[in-house]
Amino acid sequence: MSAIQPNIQQPVSEEMELVRRAKRGDDTAFEELVRRYDRNVFRIAQHITQNREDAEDVVQDAFLKAYGNLAQFQEQSKFYTWLVRIAVNEALMRLRRRRPERMVSLDEEVKTEDDSLPREVADWSPNPEQMYNQSELRDILTRTIQGLPPGFRTVFVLRDVEGLSTEETAQALELSIPAVKSRLLRARLQLRERLSRFFQKRANGNGDDKISGDGDQ
Amino acid sequence: MKCTEFLSELTNYLDGVIDAQTKAELDDHLAWCHNCYVVCDTTKKTIEIYRNQELYELPDDLRGRLQTAIMSKCTAQKKSGPQKV
Repeated sequence: MSAIQPNIQQPVSEEMELVRRAKRGDDTAFEELVRRYDRNVFRIAQHITQNREDAEDVVQDAFLKAYGNLAQFQEQSKFYTWLVRIAVNEALMRLRRRRPERMVSLDEEVKTEDDSLPREVADWSPNPEQMYNQSELRDILTRTIQGLPPGFRTVFVLRDVEGLSTEETAQALELSIPAVKSRLLRARLQLRERLSRFFQKRANGNGDDKISGDGDQ
Repeated sequence: MKCTEFLSELTNYLDGVIDAQTKAELDDHLAWCHNCYVVCDTTKKTIEIYRNQELYELPDDLRGRLQTAIMSKCTAQKKSGPQKV
């Protein structure tokens, strides 16, 4: 079986050139950085906060903080990785505000029981993208990923949706590389398990398509 | 190789970041263990489907409003000094 191909990102040098121009006060260069990454920041923010208004605020505040603190950006990582770190912190802060009754942290202790051991081992057939129309499919995917604990879904979104490397994800989330790998494995397996319940069901013709609750720990 | 050992290497396997010998052992396991083959295949499909579907796209009109708001706040901030990250 072949490996997953990573998303290709912009060359670093071109990005850094924009950053240096922005540091010298060239606002058109900063605006170009906004245009380059606003979609990514919005996606990440909405995945974490699960709330559109919060995601809009995160986009604005993350870029504003990046702008105000450009002089402190040491250029030891990509600008995008630094920006993602700011955006993730903003998003988590808003999530905590909305859910004060729950501890929301990327460092939270996650269950150590076998929550990721595969139970559903039937293949998906036909292909889910042929089985459901696009809005049904998006609804299933959205509800399924929302059920993951924030620490898991954030790692999955950065690594697998946005295409950051393991090292960049670790930098952005201030986690160790083994912690990123462990969470990514469990996030992938939990998503697979939950999606299997949908993608096997219709083929088997039983059950309903309801996913209950949100699984934030 | 046991299935649990295969599972612990699954992420490295899918990301293509393993040495040739481990890859050969994993490929060998996949060749005879149907359950692990299905788990590996559907995990790969899970990643691909989330990547392909691009949930939470930023609509053009909202995007335009956000860009305008960001740049106007940046201009205002230039005069009043930076915030802390």
